[in-house]
Amino acid sequence: MSTLHTVNKSPFATGSLQSCLSHAKDGDAILMFEDGVYGATKGTTLADAVAAKGGSVTLYVLQGDADARGIAAARLIEGVTPVDYVGFVRLAADHDRTHAWL
Amino acid sequence: MDEKIKKFLYVNRKAPYGTIYALEALEVVLIGAAFDQDVSLAFLDDGVFQLVKNQKTDGIGVKNFSPTFRALGDYDVTKLFVEQESLDERGLTADDLQDIIYEDEDDDWAEKPSIRIVSRAEMADVMADQDVVLSF
Repeated sequence: MSTLHTVNKSPFATGSLQSCLSHAKDGDAILMFEDGVYGATKGTTLADAVAAKGGSVTLYVLQGDADARGIAAARLIEGVTPVDYVGFVRLAADHDRTHAWL
Repeated sequence: MDEKIKKFLYVNRKAPYGTIYALEALEVVLIGAAFDQDVSLAFLDDGVFQLVKNQKTDGIGVKNFSPTFRALGDYDVTKLFVEQESLDERGLTADDLQDIIYEDEDDDWAEKPSIRIVSRAEMADVMADQDVVLSF
Protein backbone atom coordinates (compact mmCIF):
# COMPACT_ATOMS: atom_id res chain seq x y z
CA MET A 1 0.00 0.00 0.00
CA SER A 2 1.55 3.29 -1.04
CA THR A 3 0.62 6.85 -1.83
CA LEU A 4 1.41 9.20 -4.70
CA HIS A 5 1.84 12.68 -3.25
CA THR A 6 1.59 15.64 -5.61
CA VAL A 7 2.91 19.13 -4.92
CA ASN A 8 2.10 21.98 -7.31
CA LYS A 9 3.21 25.06 -5.37
CA SER A 10 6.65 26.60 -4.97
CA PRO A 11 8.20 25.68 -1.61
CA PHE A 12 9.04 29.38 -1.24
CA ALA A 13 5.37 30.37 -1.43
CA THR A 14 3.71 27.69 0.69
CA GLY A 15 4.63 24.97 3.19
CA SER A 16 3.08 22.25 1.06
CA LEU A 17 6.31 20.54 0.04
CA GLN A 18 7.70 20.71 3.57
CA SER A 19 4.51 19.22 4.98
CA CYS A 20 4.45 16.55 2.29
CA LEU A 21 8.03 15.57 3.12
CA SER A 22 7.05 15.31 6.78
CA HIS A 23 4.15 12.95 6.14
CA ALA A 24 5.20 10.76 3.20
CA LYS A 25 6.02 7.19 4.22
CA ASP A 26 8.66 4.80 2.99
CA GLY A 27 7.79 3.47 -0.43
CA ASP A 28 5.63 6.44 -1.38
CA ALA A 29 6.24 8.67 -4.40
CA ILE A 30 6.29 12.46 -4.62
CA LEU A 31 5.59 14.17 -7.94
CA MET A 32 6.42 17.87 -8.17
CA PHE A 33 4.60 19.74 -10.95
CA GLU A 34 3.56 23.26 -11.97
CA ASP A 35 5.40 25.63 -9.58
CA GLY A 36 6.15 22.60 -7.41
CA VAL A 37 9.07 21.79 -9.73
CA TYR A 38 11.15 24.48 -8.01
CA GLY A 39 11.28 22.11 -5.04
CA ALA A 40 13.22 19.62 -7.15
CA THR A 41 16.11 21.96 -7.94
CA LYS A 42 19.60 21.97 -6.47
CA GLY A 43 20.96 24.67 -4.21
CA THR A 44 17.75 25.70 -2.47
CA THR A 45 17.24 25.86 1.27
CA LEU A 46 15.11 22.72 0.97
CA ALA A 47 17.36 20.77 -1.37
CA ASP A 48 19.05 18.77 1.37
CA ALA A 49 15.71 17.77 2.89
CA VAL A 50 14.34 16.77 -0.51
CA ALA A 51 17.46 14.80 -1.39
CA ALA A 52 17.40 13.04 1.98
CA LYS A 53 13.76 12.04 1.51
CA GLY A 54 14.78 10.56 -1.81
CA GLY A 55 16.34 7.70 0.14
CA SER A 56 12.96 6.34 1.22
CA VAL A 57 10.52 7.72 -1.36
CA THR A 58 10.82 8.12 -5.13
CA LEU A 59 10.91 11.68 -6.45
CA TYR A 60 9.54 12.86 -9.77
CA VAL A 61 9.06 16.11 -11.66
CA LEU A 62 6.75 16.76 -14.57
CA GLN A 63 9.13 17.30 -17.47
CA GLY A 64 7.00 19.87 -19.27
CA ASP A 65 6.72 22.06 -16.21
CA ALA A 66 10.47 21.92 -15.56
CA ASP A 67 11.22 22.71 -19.23
CA ALA A 68 8.77 25.61 -19.23
CA ARG A 69 10.61 27.16 -16.30
CA GLY A 70 14.06 26.71 -17.79
CA ILE A 71 15.06 24.00 -15.33
CA ALA A 72 17.55 21.78 -17.13
CA ALA A 73 18.06 18.17 -16.04
CA ALA A 74 21.45 19.11 -14.58
CA ARG A 75 19.74 21.43 -12.11
CA LEU A 76 17.52 18.70 -10.68
CA ILE A 77 18.44 17.15 -7.35
CA GLU A 78 20.13 13.77 -7.75
CA GLY A 79 17.58 10.98 -7.89
CA VAL A 80 14.72 13.08 -9.22
CA THR A 81 13.16 11.39 -12.24
CA PRO A 82 11.44 13.44 -14.95
CA VAL A 83 8.12 12.04 -16.19
CA ASP A 84 5.73 13.12 -18.93
CA TYR A 85 1.94 13.22 -18.65
CA VAL A 86 1.68 9.52 -19.44
CA GLY A 87 4.13 8.89 -16.63
CA PHE A 88 1.99 10.99 -14.32
CA VAL A 89 -1.05 8.86 -15.12
CA ARG A 90 0.97 5.69 -14.67
CA LEU A 91 2.12 6.84 -11.24
CA ALA A 92 -1.46 7.56 -10.21
CA ALA A 93 -2.51 4.11 -11.38
CA ASP A 94 0.41 2.34 -9.69
CA HIS A 95 -0.32 3.71 -6.20
CA ASP A 96 -3.26 2.99 -3.93
CA ARG A 97 -4.24 6.62 -3.44
CA THR A 98 -3.22 10.11 -4.48
CA HIS A 99 -2.75 12.91 -1.98
CA ALA A 100 -2.67 16.38 -3.53
CA TRP A 101 -0.86 18.82 -1.24
CA LEU A 102 -2.58 22.03 -2.28
CA MET B 1 -26.49 -2.03 -3.77
CA ASP B 2 -23.74 -4.03 -2.17
CA GLU B 3 -20.92 -1.55 -2.31
CA LYS B 4 -17.86 -1.56 -0.12
CA ILE B 5 -17.63 1.18 2.47
CA LYS B 6 -14.53 3.22 1.73
CA LYS B 7 -12.37 5.23 4.07
CA PHE B 8 -12.40 8.91 3.12
CA LEU B 9 -10.00 11.45 4.62
CA TYR B 10 -10.59 15.16 4.19
CA VAL B 11 -7.32 17.03 4.75
CA ASN B 12 -7.55 20.61 6.02
CA ARG B 13 -4.37 22.69 5.79
CA LYS B 14 -5.70 26.24 5.38
CA ALA B 15 -6.83 28.89 7.87
CA PRO B 16 -10.58 29.56 7.88
CA TYR B 17 -11.34 32.99 6.34
CA GLY B 18 -8.41 34.10 4.13
CA THR B 19 -9.43 31.69 1.38
CA ILE B 20 -12.56 29.68 0.59
CA TYR B 21 -10.85 26.29 1.01
CA ALA B 22 -11.92 25.63 4.61
CA LEU B 23 -15.59 26.41 4.04
CA GLU B 24 -15.66 24.41 0.81
CA ALA B 25 -14.07 21.43 2.56
CA LEU B 26 -16.76 21.50 5.21
CA GLU B 27 -19.47 21.69 2.55
CA VAL B 28 -18.01 18.66 0.79
CA VAL B 29 -17.80 16.74 4.06
CA LEU B 30 -21.48 17.41 4.73
CA ILE B 31 -22.45 16.35 1.22
CA GLY B 32 -20.27 13.26 1.45
CA ALA B 33 -21.80 12.33 4.79
CA ALA B 34 -24.98 11.37 2.95
CA PHE B 35 -23.18 8.43 1.34
CA ASP B 36 -22.53 6.34 4.46
CA GLN B 37 -18.78 6.11 4.06
CA ASP B 38 -16.11 5.90 6.78
CA VAL B 39 -15.18 9.57 7.05
CA SER B 40 -12.30 11.21 8.92
CA LEU B 41 -11.04 14.78 8.93
CA ALA B 42 -7.40 15.80 9.34
CA PHE B 43 -6.33 19.22 10.57
CA LEU B 44 -2.69 20.16 10.17
CA ASP B 45 -0.56 23.18 9.31
CA ASP B 46 -2.82 26.29 9.23
CA GLY B 47 -5.84 23.98 9.16
CA VAL B 48 -5.73 23.77 12.95
CA PHE B 49 -6.86 27.43 13.05
CA GLN B 50 -10.27 26.29 11.76
CA LEU B 51 -11.07 24.66 15.10
CA VAL B 52 -10.09 27.54 17.40
CA LYS B 53 -12.92 28.54 19.74
CA ASN B 54 -14.58 31.97 20.03
CA GLN B 55 -14.52 32.84 16.34
CA LYS B 56 -16.60 35.99 15.68
CA THR B 57 -16.95 37.08 12.08
CA ASP B 58 -19.41 39.99 12.42
CA GLY B 59 -16.66 42.46 11.63
CA ILE B 60 -15.67 40.92 8.30
CA GLY B 61 -19.11 40.19 6.89
CA VAL B 62 -18.70 36.49 6.26
CA LYS B 63 -20.44 33.49 7.77
CA ASN B 64 -18.88 32.04 10.89
CA PHE B 65 -18.91 28.37 9.96
CA SER B 66 -17.01 27.11 12.98
CA PRO B 67 -20.19 26.01 14.85
CA THR B 68 -20.89 23.63 11.97
CA PHE B 69 -18.04 21.39 13.15
CA ARG B 70 -20.11 20.66 16.25
CA ALA B 71 -22.92 19.30 14.06
CA LEU B 72 -20.73 16.75 12.30
CA GLY B 73 -21.43 14.11 14.96
CA ASP B 74 -25.08 14.07 13.87
CA TYR B 75 -23.84 13.00 10.43
CA ASP B 76 -21.69 10.20 11.88
CA VAL B 77 -18.53 12.20 11.23
CA THR B 78 -16.82 11.63 14.56
CA LYS B 79 -13.09 11.44 13.82
CA LEU B 80 -11.33 14.81 13.71
CA PHE B 81 -7.58 14.23 13.83
CA VAL B 82 -5.56 17.29 14.88
CA GLU B 83 -1.77 17.36 14.62
CA GLN B 84 0.05 18.24 17.83
CA GLU B 85 3.12 19.70 16.10
CA SER B 86 0.95 22.05 14.06
CA LEU B 87 -0.68 23.31 17.27
CA ASP B 88 2.73 23.74 18.91
CA GLU B 89 4.16 25.71 15.99
CA ARG B 90 1.24 28.15 16.24
CA GLY B 91 1.33 28.63 19.99
CA LEU B 92 -1.91 26.68 20.48
CA THR B 93 -2.93 23.89 22.80
CA ALA B 94 -5.93 21.56 22.72
CA ASP B 95 -7.63 23.92 25.18
CA ASP B 96 -7.73 26.61 22.49
CA LEU B 97 -9.94 24.41 20.31
CA GLN B 98 -13.70 24.26 20.59
CA ASP B 99 -15.25 21.23 22.25
CA ILE B 100 -16.70 18.92 19.64
CA ILE B 101 -18.55 15.90 20.94
CA TYR B 102 -20.67 13.12 19.49
CA GLU B 103 -23.09 10.62 20.97
CA ASP B 104 -21.84 7.04 20.59
CA GLU B 105 -24.82 4.93 19.55
CA ASP B 106 -22.85 1.78 20.34
CA ASP B 107 -22.22 2.92 23.91
CA ASP B 108 -25.65 4.00 25.21
CA TRP B 109 -25.29 7.37 23.49
CA ALA B 110 -22.43 8.38 25.73
CA GLU B 111 -20.97 11.75 24.80
CA LYS B 112 -17.39 11.46 23.53
CA PRO B 113 -14.89 13.94 22.09
CA SER B 114 -14.56 13.96 18.30
CA ILE B 115 -11.19 15.71 18.33
CA ARG B 116 -8.23 13.37 18.57
CA ILE B 117 -4.83 14.99 19.00
CA VAL B 118 -2.16 12.99 17.17
CA SER B 119 1.54 13.33 16.51
CA ARG B 120 2.92 14.06 13.04
CA ALA B 121 3.96 10.42 12.72
CA GLU B 122 0.49 9.26 13.74
CA MET B 123 -1.04 11.65 11.22
CA ALA B 124 1.11 10.08 8.51
CA ASP B 125 -0.28 6.70 9.57
CA VAL B 126 -3.85 8.02 9.38
CA MET B 127 -3.18 9.31 5.86
CA ALA B 128 -1.70 6.00 4.76
CA ASP B 129 -4.75 4.11 6.03
CA GLN B 130 -7.27 5.62 3.60
CA ASP B 131 -8.93 4.60 0.37
CA VAL B 132 -9.45 8.20 -0.72
CA VAL B 133 -7.70 11.40 0.35
CA LEU B 134 -9.37 14.70 -0.52
CA SER B 135 -7.20 17.71 0.20
CA PHE B 136 -8.26 21.30 0.75
